[in-house]
Amino acid sequence: MIADDPALQSLVDRVRAARAAGTALCIQGGGSKGFLGEAAHGEPLDVTVLRGISSYEPTELVVTARCGTLLSDLEAVLADAGQCLPFEPPHFGPTATVGGMVAAGLAGPARAAMGGVRDYVLGATLLNGRAEVLSFGGQVIKNVAGYDVSRLLAGSFGVLGVVCEVSLKVLPLARATDTLRFELTQAAAITQLNAWAGQPLPLGASAWWNETLVVRLQGAVAAVEAAAARLGGEHIEAAQAAAFWAGLREQSDEYFAGAARQVEADASVRLWRLGVPQTAGPLALPGEQLVEWGGGQRWLCSAAAPSAVRTAAAAAGGHATIFRAHDKSSGVFTPLDAPLARIHRELKRAFDPDRVFNRGRLYPDL
Amino acid sequence: MNAPMPAGMAAIGGEHEQRVQRQAVVVAALSALLPPRCLLWQLEDVVPYECDGLTAYREHPLVVALPETGVEVAAVLRACHALAVPVVARGAGTGLSGGALPHRLGVTLSLAKFNRIVALDAVARTAVVQCGVRNLAISEAAAAHGLYYAPDPSSQIACTIGGNVAENSGGVHCLKYGLTLHNVLRVKGYTIEGEEVVFGGYALDAPGLDLLPLVVGSEGMLAVISEVTVKLVPKPQLARCIMASFDDIRHAGEAVASIIAAGIIPAGLEMMDKPMTAAVEDFVHAGYDLDAQAILLCESDGTPEEVQEEIARMLDVLTGAGATRVEVSRDEAQRLKFWSGRKNAFPASGRISPDYMCMDSTIPRKRLADILLAIAEMETKYGLRCANVFHAGDGNLHPLILFDANDADQLHRCELFGADILETSVRMGGTVTGEHGVGVEKLGSMCVQFSPAELEQMSAVKRAFDPHELLNPGKVIPTLRRCAEGGKMHVRKGLLPFPDLPRF
Repeated sequence: MIADDPALQSLVDRVRAARAAGTALCIQGGGSKGFLGEAAHGEPLDVTVLRGISSYEPTELVVTARCGTLLSDLEAVLADAGQCLPFEPPHFGPTATVGGMVAAGLAGPARAAMGGVRDYVLGATLLNGRAEVLSFGGQVIKNVAGYDVSRLLAGSFGVLGVVCEVSLKVLPLARATDTLRFELTQAAAITQLNAWAGQPLPLGASAWWNETLVVRLQGAVAAVEAAAARLGGEHIEAAQAAAFWAGLREQSDEYFAGAARQVEADASVRLWRLGVPQTAGPLALPGEQLVEWGGGQRWLCSAAAPSAVRTAAAAAGGHATIFRAHDKSSGVFTPLDAPLARIHRELKRAFDPDRVFNRGRLYPDL
Repeated sequence: MNAPMPAGMAAIGGEHEQRVQRQAVVVAALSALLPPRCLLWQLEDVVPYECDGLTAYREHPLVVALPETGVEVAAVLRACHALAVPVVARGAGTGLSGGALPHRLGVTLSLAKFNRIVALDAVARTAVVQCGVRNLAISEAAAAHGLYYAPDPSSQIACTIGGNVAENSGGVHCLKYGLTLHNVLRVKGYTIEGEEVVFGGYALDAPGLDLLPLVVGSEGMLAVISEVTVKLVPKPQLARCIMASFDDIRHAGEAVASIIAAGIIPAGLEMMDKPMTAAVEDFVHAGYDLDAQAILLCESDGTPEEVQEEIARMLDVLTGAGATRVEVSRDEAQRLKFWSGRKNAFPASGRISPDYMCMDSTIPRKRLADILLAIAEMETKYGLRCANVFHAGDGNLHPLILFDANDADQLHRCELFGADILETSVRMGGTVTGEHGVGVEKLGSMCVQFSPAELEQMSAVKRAFDPHELLNPGKVIPTLRRCAEGGKMHVRKGLLPFPDLPRF
């Protein structure tokens, strides 16, 4: 039990002391996603002292791990049992931890087909700003006892507390995958993806860039074979396909490497992540776009004014986040409307009344 | 203006006076906001709202408001907020945990008139529906496009999407297709202050904290939901079902684990024990194996190729796990026949016993045989019979405790039996409610599952949305005082009205 972990007691003591002294703490895991979000403030609180897989039973389809466990270690253990985290969380470096994965709430190429981080969170143990260790949810798939606080922690950027331990639903690895390539304009690709998604096809992931649409089928052997025959396109060899999807997930492929270089070289360039309805047409914004998630996620590398990007995203029915940039002065995350902003402030107060954790990391007033 | 008082009301003068006065004030305030047809307060008009699907708990609402527009909902909420009057939102009233039990000093806000499908976009595979639209009506509307709404709670012909969101309802297919939360993109509603608020969005990963998982399953305690945007998914081309018999409950439990271990996620994986099989066979005559200690129903859906592959693999696993008899549905008619017994488990139980109490705990799958054996021991301990149906794929157990409510002692023993099952489930690493919700029914059991600090954190979450705790107060989160006084499981008696006898 995590409650018996002596490392947890040391964290509780730190939080209690910080609260008493009015000190801000900055939750620190592997640091692989430190570039995300608003700037971190406060004394570092190293939470990698909580590590290890607490329980894993493949036939229960659930794994419980402490926050400092390396994401790569967790995934290796799952793979040994023929299972995986179906939402393909990005690592962004070898030091990525399970806690950081939950706090950042990012999912990879399979997001549209398989769901996001929060869809797989079954339970969590939280160290809140009152230095209380609290458990919510559990290790079972169906559970409606009380508010679903554990899923609220996915993507919370640590502003509610330390995610000490998390239980995640896992799934068997797909028995078959096949990757297909098509030459299509962005508009045609978006139309095609939505048309396919309305049919019983084993779609797993998609990416469009540079007049090329790449689609991954995944599922039962017979279903993937039948779908591949039906969709046509150019078949991509398994090894090359795996490298492509990994490059997309980890943002090491050509598009993202190029974007990183541009951001590095030019302070006015930002890499944006836009969430829009899957059917939204191509966004009329300057800069190169890469389309994922069946049309639902658009990456934009652009020197456009943040207000222009946010306006375009909102007009399409979505939102825009600054992913990589030197200049984040316009705010990283889409501002909230009044009722939501108030609920956010009140939730922060409910979990962390003295604002001990990750001040300003998500929004300035949290 | 003063309504006649409910006959059986507690004759405490002060409280009675308070109620009469408050009713007059609330009726006056809401009369200015709603047409007369949308406001009920005479006893005979409010009696139909006295309970939901959990009829053991009844209360007359002070006033029932039936707004017809969002503007009216907002106005009612603003008025109630200003008067500090509790508001209990209500859908179809099919809930099984008393989540829509009225507040005797509060307004029941019926959203029955919000029954319109606002938009159905076949290309985007989404439907925007008002909260009072029935679950099945969404799939019916989407059928023309080859699409459907996946979560299918057993009450789907009657239950509304607003209620599904309030309870995070599941269904027999949720292992593969997810719960309500996984199939809802956006929820529009109103805060207790009457402000419009949107959780989630038409795009994935809405900005800020992900409030959707808090709101979904919050049993009407955080906001009043008026409109829901759901995901529609392509209808599987084919579904086939295997019915497998086992002569030992342990073998059946192991078969469930073996299917998962083989990397298969069946579309449905259900179990019935011997007493339940006997009860349903007598009712539906589906040809169930009456000698089996347990029957498993395993369904595969998808393309014909996919189904053929999966059925073959499941047959291998089931046979290997010691199934004494297996049968694969030949056609849709036979598949529905296999399911008919499972789907009629509750009415079938009603035929073999004057009353039954349905429990709803979840346990880790591996403890399936353990809990069934523990329940068998409890049958002896409490002197009552229990038939079991089980969403085996996701560990959600529905023991139906059979009793005669006319016998006060049986009712008492039934309550103890139920509480024992919930406690045992928590001890086995499970939870007190898998899909029916806490409502008022499982308030006591929440004290078993959560520490005082955890319950207090949940209360703080509620206050973040609803500072004066006016939305559906007294549900889901027990007060710490109640936990202490109740001595974990026995809080219901004396603290809540229990005027009628359970009739599910």
